[in-house]
Amino acid sequence: MKDEYYFWTEGLTVGYRGIPLVKNVELQLKKGEILTLIGPNGAGKTTILKSIIRQLSPIAGTVYLDGRQTAQMTGKELSRCLSVVLTERVRPELMTCRDVVATGRYPYTGRFGVLGEQDHRAVEEAMELVQIRELSDRDFAKISDGQRQRVMLARAVCQEPDILVLDEPTSFLDIKYKLEFLSVLQQLKRSGKLTVIMSLHELDLAERISDRIACIRKDRIDRFGTPEEIFVPGYIPQLYDMTSGSYDERTGNIELEPAKGRPQIFVLAGNGTGTCIYRRLQREGIPFATGILWENDLDIPAARALAAEVITEKAFCSLKEETLERAGKRMDDCSRVICTLDPETLGDFGKGQKELYLRAEALGKLTSLF
Amino acid sequence: MKQMIYNKERSENIGRSKEWLRNIRSFLLLILLLFVILAANICVGSVNVPLSEVWNILRGLAGNEVYRDIVMQIRLPRALAAIVLGGALSLSGYLLQTFFHNPIAGPYTLGISSGAKLAVSLLLILFLGQAYRISSVGMILAAFAGAMLAMGFVLLMSRVVDQMYMLIVSGVMIGYICSAITDFVVTFADDANIVNLHNWSRGSFSGIQWENIGVMAIVVFSASFLVFLLSKPISAYQMGEAYAGNMGLNIRRFRAVLVLLSSVLSACVTAFAGPVSFVGIAVPHLVKALLQTAKPILMIPACFLGGGVFCLFCDLLARTLFAPTELAINTVTAIFGAPVVIFIMIYRKREVV
Repeated sequence: MKDEYYFWTEGLTVGYRGIPLVKNVELQLKKGEILTLIGPNGAGKTTILKSIIRQLSPIAGTVYLDGRQTAQMTGKELSRCLSVVLTERVRPELMTCRDVVATGRYPYTGRFGVLGEQDHRAVEEAMELVQIRELSDRDFAKISDGQRQRVMLARAVCQEPDILVLDEPTSFLDIKYKLEFLSVLQQLKRSGKLTVIMSLHELDLAERISDRIACIRKDRIDRFGTPEEIFVPGYIPQLYDMTSGSYDERTGNIELEPAKGRPQIFVLAGNGTGTCIYRRLQREGIPFATGILWENDLDIPAARALAAEVITEKAFCSLKEETLERAGKRMDDCSRVICTLDPETLGDFGKGQKELYLRAEALGKLTSLF
Repeated sequence: MKQMIYNKERSENIGRSKEWLRNIRSFLLLILLLFVILAANICVGSVNVPLSEVWNILRGLAGNEVYRDIVMQIRLPRALAAIVLGGALSLSGYLLQTFFHNPIAGPYTLGISSGAKLAVSLLLILFLGQAYRISSVGMILAAFAGAMLAMGFVLLMSRVVDQMYMLIVSGVMIGYICSAITDFVVTFADDANIVNLHNWSRGSFSGIQWENIGVMAIVVFSASFLVFLLSKPISAYQMGEAYAGNMGLNIRRFRAVLVLLSSVLSACVTAFAGPVSFVGIAVPHLVKALLQTAKPILMIPACFLGGGVFCLFCDLLARTLFAPTELAINTVTAIFGAPVVIFIMIYRKREVV
């Protein structure tokens, strides 16, 4: 264990006031890896993180960092190798962003906390890295949440840690800042061999950035592994006890609950043109069928999630006669047909669709939109 | 590129030295105010003593006997007490505000002064009848016990209530209860020494002896020195407990030390001058506005100086405004302190929204 991993836990049981919330947490992480905790609200992600950073004492078990038990390190020792970005809102008075970042130098300054040249340099470098130079003289109380989160990251960085613990760091950020924030994390991980443990709500982002993912569900670590091991079909709805809507593990596509009933509209779609129509029909609550989609079509995830029936053809195969027949039958059952394809552009592999299109047109079922 | 980095560094250096200049200016202003008001306190009164005369007396030169007695026996000890106790109060308020992350916390609003007052008056009444003389140290110990008791209540309340204004309300209530009990015992106490006790329980810097000054200076200065040594942990604590913990601060020990020191400081004030209101809340905020920073390493000495200036100024007004009638010190501190509190609340609210 000691040689292989940088961070690991053994039989860690965490909770409040002696009541266990998550039991027997066993996590292992190599140096320079990113571990993400995911799981439903209230499952105990934050509690685990708090126990790792020693803000909360574990009920049982041990946390190891670089071969040493964190419980036996002094506060100063721990603060020199572990730093945090928490959800707790800080409202310091009369502090510029630079002042806030500089608090990260606490474990390195002397008796009165006066910054030396080296500390000033570390502060400037951290701000440069997180790209908040332009904020440095602004009042910390008067910047946006997204900016504040980046300042707190710079603060954590200038503490020069080996391991960084972040609790839902992207929750308050808009999409631009989410991506920027995670890019900085990735950059830190690559350049400085920084190890990262964090909790995220955004599954798509977790899948992309994490080397390891731990799924917390009902008082235990339900699964722990690489993103490929976690994002297997059917697992995410199970993890979150999803009762409506769907999540496609392969594409990260989420859809609301489909309209129930006999299909009224047939959507002649493909190549991604159908997805927005499917969603529109879902909003209107109209059940529909769609086809003909090859299994590797862009429209497949949304179609599978929303359509009452999807007429598909195997990927990399040419259209079979029986598939076309099935689609035709289904189309005949529907009172209206929406075609999202431009019949003029249908080539060799669109002959079937063109046939269906002409048939719908002849029957007068073709509807532009509604 | 090199030029750019150089410029950046230079602009930082200029920024830092500008800050230094402002800090030095602020401290010079406080020290200047302290001396000017101190001089006024010694000179002005029912008998005006010329400044040159004061200078001679202080240098030990022979002069007017009446002047000498007035300066050395009455005004100087009183003014020094106002400085030391004012500094202690303001520092105690600063610590409590830091501790509770609450801008209007202070020894008076949290009932700590009143707790100390209760303990001291009980002690006095108990021993007055038996003709014992209670030493300064005894008074401080009693006040400290009372302060800790009230502080204990506040800490218990802080576990139950999570809104900061509720904490203040509970502190004020504790204060009222302690004051009511004090009034009750004073009413039934032997009436010979009541006048003194009554004056004291309303808060006053009068009647301070040189012996008192020695004791209070030792207690207040050593406590303040310890507070100054805590300036680094306090700066960490300002970032919130979770972050402070991650910076390696032992939160539990730090909180205990903070409670003890703020109680010692406010107990010392109450032991000698009774409960003095508003200094603990108002001064730290005024000083913060002057310094334009909340850095503890600057705030701690500045709070002490500021508290001294504020109390000297208020005591001067209390003595001279309606002479020969002397106002209670709290009358004056409230007039200058309460508006500051109101301002803080309005300003805060706007900031949070």
